[in-house]
Amino acid sequence: MNLTPSISSLTVVPLVGALAVLALGSNRKLARGVALAFAFLALLVTLLLWHHFNSASGTLQFEEVHAWIPALGVQYHVGADGLSLLMLLLSTLIVPMSMAASWHIQEKPSLYFALILLLEAGLIGTFTALNFFHWFLFWELSLIPAFFLIRLWGGSQRATAATQFFLYTMVGSVTLLLSFLALFLYTGIFDFITLGELARSGHLLQSLAATSHGTAATADRFALLLCLGALLGFAVKVPIVPFHTWLPATYAEAPTGITMLLTGTMSKMGLYGLIRILLPIFYLQMRSMRTPLLWLAVATVVLSAYAALVQKDLKRIFAYSSINHLGYCLLGIFSILKFTGDDPALLSEKAAALSGVFLQMFNHGLTAATLFWFVALLEKRSGGLRGLNDFGGLRKVAPVFCGLMGIALFSSLGLPGLNGFIGEFLIFKGVFPLAGWAASLSTLGLLLTAIFLLGIMQRVFAGPLNPSFAHMPDLTTAERLSLFPALALMVTLGIYPQLVLGVINSTVLHLVQQIR
Amino acid sequence: MTWIVRNLWLIPALPALAAGLSALAKRHQRRFSASLAIGAMGLSFLLSLCAFSQVMLAIAHGQASRQVVNFPWFQFGDQWLKLGWMLDPLTAIMLVMVTFVGLLIFIYSTGYMAHDDNFTRFFCFLSLFAAAMLGVVIANSLLLLFMCWELVGLTSYLLIGFWYHKPSAAAAAKKAFITTRIGDLAFLVGMLWLFSQAGTLLFYDQGAGCLEHSALTAMVAHLTSIGMAASTGIALLIFAGAVGKSGQVPLHVWLPDAMEGPTPVSALIHAATMVAAGVFLVARVYPLMAAHSDTASVITATTALQVVTWIGAITAVFAALIAVAQNDIKRILAYSTVSQLGYMMMGLGVGGVAVGMFHLITHAFFKSLLFMGAGSVIHGCQEEQDIRRMGGLSKLMPITFATYAVGMLALCGFPLFFSGFWSKDAILHAAMGWSISRVPFYLGSLGALLTAFYMTRQVYYVFFGTSRLASHNEVAPATHAPHSTSATPHESPSNMTVPLVLLATCAILLGAIGTPAWPWFDSFLSGESPVFAFAGFLEHGILPVMLTSTLIVFLGLALGWWFYGRKPILSADRPDALEQLHPGIFHVLQNKFYVDELYEHTVIRWNSALATFSDWLDRWVWNGVVMSVSNLVLGLSWLARSTDTYLVNTSFDEGCHTVTTSGKLLARLQSGRTQSYLRMVGIAFAALVLVLIWSARS
Amino acid sequence: MTPLSSCLLLSSLLFSVGFAGVLMRRNAILILIGIELMLNAANLNFIAFWRYGSAPEALTGVMFVIFSIGVAAAEAAVGLALIISIYRHRKTTQIDRMNSMRG
Repeated sequence: MNLTPSISSLTVVPLVGALAVLALGSNRKLARGVALAFAFLALLVTLLLWHHFNSASGTLQFEEVHAWIPALGVQYHVGADGLSLLMLLLSTLIVPMSMAASWHIQEKPSLYFALILLLEAGLIGTFTALNFFHWFLFWELSLIPAFFLIRLWGGSQRATAATQFFLYTMVGSVTLLLSFLALFLYTGIFDFITLGELARSGHLLQSLAATSHGTAATADRFALLLCLGALLGFAVKVPIVPFHTWLPATYAEAPTGITMLLTGTMSKMGLYGLIRILLPIFYLQMRSMRTPLLWLAVATVVLSAYAALVQKDLKRIFAYSSINHLGYCLLGIFSILKFTGDDPALLSEKAAALSGVFLQMFNHGLTAATLFWFVALLEKRSGGLRGLNDFGGLRKVAPVFCGLMGIALFSSLGLPGLNGFIGEFLIFKGVFPLAGWAASLSTLGLLLTAIFLLGIMQRVFAGPLNPSFAHMPDLTTAERLSLFPALALMVTLGIYPQLVLGVINSTVLHLVQQIR
Repeated sequence: MTWIVRNLWLIPALPALAAGLSALAKRHQRRFSASLAIGAMGLSFLLSLCAFSQVMLAIAHGQASRQVVNFPWFQFGDQWLKLGWMLDPLTAIMLVMVTFVGLLIFIYSTGYMAHDDNFTRFFCFLSLFAAAMLGVVIANSLLLLFMCWELVGLTSYLLIGFWYHKPSAAAAAKKAFITTRIGDLAFLVGMLWLFSQAGTLLFYDQGAGCLEHSALTAMVAHLTSIGMAASTGIALLIFAGAVGKSGQVPLHVWLPDAMEGPTPVSALIHAATMVAAGVFLVARVYPLMAAHSDTASVITATTALQVVTWIGAITAVFAALIAVAQNDIKRILAYSTVSQLGYMMMGLGVGGVAVGMFHLITHAFFKSLLFMGAGSVIHGCQEEQDIRRMGGLSKLMPITFATYAVGMLALCGFPLFFSGFWSKDAILHAAMGWSISRVPFYLGSLGALLTAFYMTRQVYYVFFGTSRLASHNEVAPATHAPHSTSATPHESPSNMTVPLVLLATCAILLGAIGTPAWPWFDSFLSGESPVFAFAGFLEHGILPVMLTSTLIVFLGLALGWWFYGRKPILSADRPDALEQLHPGIFHVLQNKFYVDELYEHTVIRWNSALATFSDWLDRWVWNGVVMSVSNLVLGLSWLARSTDTYLVNTSFDEGCHTVTTSGKLLARLQSGRTQSYLRMVGIAFAALVLVLIWSARS
Repeated sequence: MTPLSSCLLLSSLLFSVGFAGVLMRRNAILILIGIELMLNAANLNFIAFWRYGSAPEALTGVMFVIFSIGVAAAEAAVGLALIISIYRHRKTTQIDRMNSMRG
């Protein structure tokens, strides 16, 4: 029997789950149980997709096309390649983790879990949609639950943080929408794949020039403008310095379970958009801005790492560290814009960089979410304290906690043998021949990451025991068991990265060929 | 391919497995954890001996002495990244050294750490370290080497910070990791460059490896924009990694601080193995270091090797000078290690792989012997580490004293009977014949003099004279669980002394394998059968160098005796003999040439300034731009609201108000009284009549 | 002084007295009486203008006045009826108390 599930069914699972959880309403235990069950169901469906995925092919699979609003050229068009699949796996993996981290939430749990499932549906839709119309719907759909989750369950500054988060991403979304509406106006096409093909054949610029009655030069400028508009939308989401100031505040104020989702999955939406949408459609325009973009990527890596050095709040440190890690992805993405023609050696470097980017996206999602989970566990024990200097000597009372969090910290630091290393190595391996200066400057980020992560270990774990935590309980068996899969995945991917690389490799080659 | 080559991975895998299992062990399963670690290490040692004999056999039969096993790890694009391991003489000798010293130190640790709460954790970390270090040794890929290299750094971090409740230990651990990581990042960049140049990171791969002829030729030919060959640039960057790991100037500052770790750790990691990994790395990529375009000339010192030599020579003297004025027994040894590592680097630079590696091997034995001896002393003196508070221990701790003396004489290079003499002599001889400059030779000789001097000073302070411990006994800090109630120093248990004796034996005997007459070590590394010939001594320049170094050693010992041995040291608080001679210089030396302070005020301060700047940029500039935009929007909306409230609304309201009041006014006329209306009519009528009359008249 | 002028003077005086009564008195009945006076002053005017006017042969003035008196009688009846009705309602005939027409 062929058990290949469809992408649509995967999208529907969390939606149904959200409705079911809302319908259950007041029964707190049942609501969260049902929510977790649906999250696991989504994970299961994703794993089935993963199982049925043909990794030898780099093109889209599991495609579904249905006419929707023919008059506007809107189709329901979904499909997945290696990148989408990896992101789906990441999202469906992080959601149960986030639920486990917010297991004991007291206030309106059914609404909380329903919103998380809604957010998951938005994520799945974003990572699979191939038509701008419903892609954008899903893109915004994920934003709204996130806003409410922060606004209703956040910390003391939650109102400001939620508004800032919402406004920032909204501004980005608006420019993105305008760009694509303009594209639609001049080409009549919303479909990403078709737009990409048009761009590669040069018809996109032609139709821009023809419809706007301009010369080729004005069409170029116009295309650049459209590209910038779309880029802003993604730049805010990733984020790229200097559009990042919403992030530390939001991550710090959001309930930690939601921060896991924000850093683990929502930050990947921006990168995904850059790779899936911007690169194929606007590669010429992006290429013309390559050097400034690389500078921005380097600034993202270095400045965020420096900013992390002076933070005093664990969540803010990890927030900046998140920006830093995503900066390496940006570095990889922007470096492969270099024009290389058919030089096979450089194509191979591009493939390395892009493989690294994919791997890093997955690894960062996993590691950063786990780190925030540890912060959540720490907050639970300390009654909400999470300052760098609030603790001290915790290894004495909670050795298992410190040991396991140490694994996550070293994974974030890029220690070989854990998942963080391979992604960063591949990115640097690819970027070095393509943009040596950027790679060399960015290694500074690796050093700074080590400094502040070891600083955490020094201040929180080591030193004399802070007497107010003398009776802090270590991890319970349930917590150990729920953390185990994430940590096991870190070690497994560190030793055997082929698990992921084997699946995405054809996709990488396909993409690299596209933007040659 | 023989069984041992195919299964060489077992050598690091066994300790790794032991580490994994003892990570799961409960805190009280001490015996389980220790025996697991020692058993795994013992098995690895046996396997290493197998591997060693395999190489010996291969050399004896004239077969290729290097065998590699490569395997694909992961794919990216259209290629696979390959890793691999290899067995060659260099690997074999290192394997035996690491596993043997490691095994002895493991056994020693069961005594030294017997009373520690985290005994099982300690053996877990030690096993992990051994696994990573053995991984460095067998790696046939620069990437695999780098990965194990980083893991070695991790375990070093964990073990330096083993007594995590001491803030100084936690700080030292962090400092060690970060300082070495600075070098490692240069190493990483070098590796990336090498990867992009050679297209592979495998050292040897049937002619396609990055250390093989075709790749080297291409790299030498490839000139960078500043006119340096790519090979030189790569070699220098990789060497920067070695500088960090091996504590060479200017990245040496972490190594003395690393003495915060338990003494077995200092012996294993910070004397014998990990710090020597930098030297090993240079030896491993020696073809790259020595790659030059001019194939005709026989001896050319490439730029990379010159840098190695100079850094090594400077470090050798620099650290030895500092060691002269230290008072902590372990810090003296730490600076001595830095200095000896400088010697090794210098040996690699001037004389090639065999010269540097020979000193590495002999040093590993006698330095770990010295550290373990120091550990035994510390153990016997209730954790006292200040040599001024020791004294007279030769009678109380005879075995420790005897073995320590052997180690000390080996380190000083006492002629003929000690291994250090032969290995140091080889370096000095090579430096003598170096084509570029004679200065490294003089620096090396000065270093030898200083080494003999500070070791004599230390031994006099620790073992001779009268015990100065008792009076200060009560202030001795109990850094970990108190394990002795007796106040007098005592000899250590047998599981600590037996390894000392074994190592002392090696420290004497090992010299035999590298004498000029029987240069077994040299020929083993180059894969040839050794030849015994006394004529080796008569080779050009050897005897004069041997005589010079002998003289230097005796001079050093004599100076040490003159300052510290002539009159017994009576009080712990009296200033040092050298301090009396010239306090200024002594203080500079005691404060380590103020290098830490220099870094504190430059690099670290700049770094934190940048961090503050970046945070400021975030909070005020970027956020300021966003805030000003939002304030602008808010201002505009305030303006719009004000216009509405005060302009539009007010005037409308005002108009309405006027209408209402005037209406009220008019409404007052409408009194509802008919008569008043009539009165109005009357008045109007009268007025009308008047007007009519008036107009009729005019 | 011509007889017409004297008649007109008389009727003006009569009108003025009636008007003053209407304006000054508070009792509704007296006001009604005042109104009758003013009406009769007007009637006197009609008669005077008819008698001393250009065509005294035709009995137009008399006819006018007879109708006017008839209408006045009817008016007085209605007026009295109104006053009585107001009196029943308000228990007073004082006109200045009645201001329900106030705006």
